[in-house]
Amino acid sequence: MRRIRAAAIGAVTLSLALAASACGGGSSTDGGGSNDSPKTLTYWASNQGASITVDKKVLKPELDKFEKQTGIRVKLEVIPWSELLNRILTATTSGQGPDVLNIGNTWSASLQASGALLPWDTKNFGSIGGKDRFVDSALGSTGAQGEDPAAVPLYSMAYALYYNKKMFADAGISKPPATWDELVADGKKLSKDGKWGLGAEGANLSENIHQVFVFAKQHGADFFTADGKPDFTSEGAVTAIKQYVDLMAKDKIIAPGNAEYAQNQSLSDFAKGKTAMVLWQTASATLASLGMKDDEWGVAPAPVRSGTPGSGTSVNSMVAGINLAVFKNTDNHDGALKFVKFMTSDAEQKILNKAYGSIPPVKAAQSDPAFNTKATAALRETLAKSAAALPQVADESQFETSVGTAVKELLADAAGGRPVTTESVKAKLEKAQQQMPAK
Amino acid sequence: MTTTTATAEADRRTVSGSTPGAARGPRRTGRIRRIGLPYLLLLPALVLELLVHLVPMVIGILMSFKALTRFSIREWGAAPWSGLDNYKVSVDINAPAGEALLHSFWVTCGFTVLSVGLCWLLGTAAAIFLQDTFRGRGLLRTLFLVPYALPVYTAVITWAFMFQHDNGLVNHVLHDQLGLTDKPSFWLIGDNSFIALLTVSVWKGWPFAFLVVMAGLQNIPKELYEAAALDGAGMWQQIRRITLPSLRPVNQVLVLVLFLWTFNDFNTPYVLFGKAAPEAADLISIHVYQTTFATWNFGTGSAMSVLLLLFLLVVTGLYLLLTSRRRKTADV
Repeated sequence: MRRIRAAAIGAVTLSLALAASACGGGSSTDGGGSNDSPKTLTYWASNQGASITVDKKVLKPELDKFEKQTGIRVKLEVIPWSELLNRILTATTSGQGPDVLNIGNTWSASLQASGALLPWDTKNFGSIGGKDRFVDSALGSTGAQGEDPAAVPLYSMAYALYYNKKMFADAGISKPPATWDELVADGKKLSKDGKWGLGAEGANLSENIHQVFVFAKQHGADFFTADGKPDFTSEGAVTAIKQYVDLMAKDKIIAPGNAEYAQNQSLSDFAKGKTAMVLWQTASATLASLGMKDDEWGVAPAPVRSGTPGSGTSVNSMVAGINLAVFKNTDNHDGALKFVKFMTSDAEQKILNKAYGSIPPVKAAQSDPAFNTKATAALRETLAKSAAALPQVADESQFETSVGTAVKELLADAAGGRPVTTESVKAKLEKAQQQMPAK
Repeated sequence: MTTTTATAEADRRTVSGSTPGAARGPRRTGRIRRIGLPYLLLLPALVLELLVHLVPMVIGILMSFKALTRFSIREWGAAPWSGLDNYKVSVDINAPAGEALLHSFWVTCGFTVLSVGLCWLLGTAAAIFLQDTFRGRGLLRTLFLVPYALPVYTAVITWAFMFQHDNGLVNHVLHDQLGLTDKPSFWLIGDNSFIALLTVSVWKGWPFAFLVVMAGLQNIPKELYEAAALDGAGMWQQIRRITLPSLRPVNQVLVLVLFLWTFNDFNTPYVLFGKAAPEAADLISIHVYQTTFATWNFGTGSAMSVLLLLFLLVVTGLYLLLTSRRRKTADV
């Protein structure tokens, strides 16, 4: 009996020990990577197209091409946006992740801080043709300043103003607005009979951040100090967020129902002719999938206060986009670099960015006429001249959550008819700042 | 053939039994079989239970004593110890993190009491109603169980569509058809989000109460009701004096299970509201999730989880103590 008990205890202890070592305590990852598994790669692609099936259709032939060239088989998994960051975090903690993955470019510095991604030093960049192949604005969203980038730009995007030509003509508006005052005036003409001037995704935290970041830039404010500390309650930041929320609260050109949108419903409203304008990144492919014909919509640079987009207070977009990163503990280090080289090659950049309606961050690929169409010219211009990267700080991801939530709550107040004042905006931002991790 | 085998077996036993020094062998094997076998059979389940529950729990507790942030998450085993700091931050109600945790704790308490109460009430009423045989009873029983059988995500996302401000069915019925509200209400943002959350929770939870109470009702002898009816007891008296007291052991388990499920419910608020729930519906499970994964305070999130576990253990312990004492008193 005693022996059985001892055996049972032994078995339990052994299984616990095995479990503990399988969990690894996060310390088994030596961080160096290896070439133990040179014939396969796992690739986590973010959902870029209208659906995951569309993404697989776009990517599969390219991955087959890569296999033909190198003999390396790529196992593809397309991951929805809502799950991607959590999946990356789980992979980071367990050490059980893909070899190559897509990350939202705004997360670069946050994920860089975790130390899970391969740094792109001169040597690594050299293996894919050098840093100079990429446009500067895209490189600005690849990691904290002064450190080797944590990722390589893959698809670039920018915000632009999409407008419904027929609704504009019906309201007697001859050209798209260039300033916010013009946009509000046009919006008021358009907001009647159950139709609205502008659409918004009020419950989507990242979307809120993208919008208010631009407003803040136009008021000369940033959300972080030069040394990376949160600075959410500056006069410029408060004014900027109030201006954005007032589009619903005071100007009443955004439908109150937009306060609970988080699944691109505002783009769907736009395609159905319920909303006349949306500020969106690369909307053309989605608009087509929603049944809106190309000649029904126009695209113009997003408004600024002065009417002339540029740098500084005339910024009219964040640098949006997707980066390609390599997990530091990959078992196919060389293969992963080959894959990044393939995906960022001139030829593949043209194929992939055409398929997704985005702009290649690779200079040589941008000259293709496909990126000078009505749909893409405004985006390319914006990226080149008047887009700014979101703060590249380790706390960026938390900033998106806390300030994004504050804007969501303010829009909910506006929708519910509660007053939105400078004080209420400041109070929400103070709360958001207090939620940031202590340094 | 059978006889031959049996004889051979008996012979073998005799031989081994007569061998000096081996006298303890068969008896010992018998004892091992008798006493050890159940333990051996339990072992795989025990090992799995330890792996699935105990190991993550121990790791979670360890994490709660570490300064675990975005900088140390990859090498979490080597993250610096922080003592009780994470706990201090969680319970300091004068600081933002503690204040927010306390707020979500009260929201969760109110939500749990209302949801469990309504689930129990609806489930019990439906089960009693369906005790009598009538045409269509089987169909009703099946229909009542539909919410329980549906995948949670599908069901809750459908509710999210129905609660939408512009195109949702709820506003269509309440505002457009019945004219009960002045203007369409918001259900997924603002204060009404609590009502939306409660509605979905009760809709999802009451069929379980119905199922359990219905099973409990099967065990009450019909003679009791017949005797009570003969003595002139009406329906309410029968329910009060026979049904409810007889259901007490069933209800004891039912309420406890509903309490634990509701207090910890993550799926319903997450699917309805996403990772940032409105303040009015900021349940503690979502709050801990947000602290841990959205703001990357893994150590503080773990400490909050441990505090939640302790609270649930204390409440469950007290509940079991009280209910078992009451039952003992009732038995006497």
